[in-house]
Amino acid sequence: METCMSIVIGILFAIGTYLILSKTLLRIILGTSIIGHGVNLLLLTMGGLKKGGPPLLSLNTLTFTDPLPQALILTAIVINFATTALFLVLSYRAYKVLGTDDVEQLRGYNDE
Amino acid sequence: MMNNLIILPIIIPIIAGMLMVIGRNMLIFHRLLSLVANISVGLVSVLLIEQIRVDEIQVLNLGGWQAPFGITLVADMFAVMLVLVTAIVTSCCLCYAFSSIGIERERHYFYPLVLFMIAGVNGAFLTGDIFNLFVCFEVMLVASYVLISLGGTRIQLRESIKYILINMISSFFFLAAIAFLYGMTGTLNMAHLSILVAEIGEGGLMTAVAFLFLIVFSLKAGLLLFYWLPGSYSAPPPAIAAIFAALLTKVGVYAIIRVFSLIFYHEPSVTHQFIGILAAITMVLGAMGAIAYGDIKRILTYNVLIGIGFILAGFASFSPAGMSGTVYYLIHDMITKALLFLLGGTIIYLTGTGKLKEMSGLIRLHPQLGWMFFIAALSLAGLPPLSGFIGKIFITRGTFHAGYFWLGGIGLLSSLMVLYSMLKIFMNVFWGYTNFTEETEKGTTKGLLLPIGMLTALTFTLGLGAEGIHEYVDMAVMGLMDPSLYIDAVRGGNPW
Repeated sequence: METCMSIVIGILFAIGTYLILSKTLLRIILGTSIIGHGVNLLLLTMGGLKKGGPPLLSLNTLTFTDPLPQALILTAIVINFATTALFLVLSYRAYKVLGTDDVEQLRGYNDE
Repeated sequence: MMNNLIILPIIIPIIAGMLMVIGRNMLIFHRLLSLVANISVGLVSVLLIEQIRVDEIQVLNLGGWQAPFGITLVADMFAVMLVLVTAIVTSCCLCYAFSSIGIERERHYFYPLVLFMIAGVNGAFLTGDIFNLFVCFEVMLVASYVLISLGGTRIQLRESIKYILINMISSFFFLAAIAFLYGMTGTLNMAHLSILVAEIGEGGLMTAVAFLFLIVFSLKAGLLLFYWLPGSYSAPPPAIAAIFAALLTKVGVYAIIRVFSLIFYHEPSVTHQFIGILAAITMVLGAMGAIAYGDIKRILTYNVLIGIGFILAGFASFSPAGMSGTVYYLIHDMITKALLFLLGGTIIYLTGTGKLKEMSGLIRLHPQLGWMFFIAALSLAGLPPLSGFIGKIFITRGTFHAGYFWLGGIGLLSSLMVLYSMLKIFMNVFWGYTNFTEETEKGTTKGLLLPIGMLTALTFTLGLGAEGIHEYVDMAVMGLMDPSLYIDAVRGGNPW
């Protein structure tokens, strides 16, 4: 199961990297979002994909799952959501003001 | 020692910021409250410093959860000193912002955003949990994303996109590094991590994780991976740029120092020497940039990089002398970088241009400004009796003792280049024929000279009173060189 997850994470990272290297702002933002998902899966996998009951004191099972990676992912998702939303709004504004969504044209020093 | 004071530097700014969001148009209230919040954070940190001096490192287990399971806040001398300097520098930058930032930005939540950023900065200094460090980084960064684009001018929008992208990617690397570390050790508490990494040993895999952390923090600190920094830091108005230059990169530096002195300190010949090489390259490239450009903002941003390289050169030596130099120089650098960015901003504000060729003879109209710039330049270059001197001596001595003569040599040469680039600004801007009169000036220095004067006085007192803070710096260095002090404080007598 861990091997399968590692391959999925690798594919997500590859897609994300490919998208971030493209020139359109929207693709770049989608790329960051996909890498974010890859990282979340990585957090889940690195804790070890244990099978077992929920970690509650009243339950009478022998094995418990590790709740910590899930708590970390929850936090990471919230942060990722907020930054992506901000990034989308800002790039829309930049598109309106600068008149382009091509990052090649965002480099110049001419309008300082 | 459990101590509830530690949470205050994080929640005071957050509560003050939230109160301000309620009364949106009461700008006087915004100004007063932001200043009061910062000053009270400063007072709390003074109290904490005194408590740490008397009974060692203070710890707070949030929600009462025992140390390796809950989130722990740890206030050691190094962290609290930085919190105090943060409060002082931010208060000065806020005073500067009162009369320069403009009503439009003030109305669009400038002060709450600064306070939220400060909450993140203080949290990053005080936290004892590596995932919490990530969260505090994000709190700080999200606020800084908004601050850098606040106002929405063309250059700000263009640079903020790059800034956000580079920081988002480094955050993903941070999460990945945490995931690997958690997979290998099964804990997130930094003191517990320190013990477990010592047990497992810093083999190949652990060193790879250490380097992943180094990449992340280097991106934030501007150590070698600084290509985003000169653009981003010259986009926002001077008050914001000064806070960024003084605090944000230093949080990255703090994280490097903390992680590589507490957790990954077993292989200094690999990790610390590598940090030394990165620091040397950063200083060389920064010096090149500082000499090459003829634009005030560019020169100042490249000077930020030289400072980062120099601080970490002292850390790379990993000796008590080098470390106390690092602590002294870190404090000095936070103050002088804020001072220089405020001075540079004032010059641009007065002349309406950042290009050195287009201005001259400013000293006839603004003698105080000119002489304060001169003092700041000398302080940055490390001339006695100003604050940079003592740090430079210790760092150079530390690198020479550790046998890194090349590192110390590059550090000294870069100081010379700093002096050259600063005097280039001074001679071009303040000397020569006065090519404008008071009528043709684009702005006034009214209200701007007070915060600049306060920071100038501070660099003087820090230089003359270096002996006075010596005891505190020694305590900070002791904590950094001996991780068992930190671990014992967090463990609080419980067996792990």
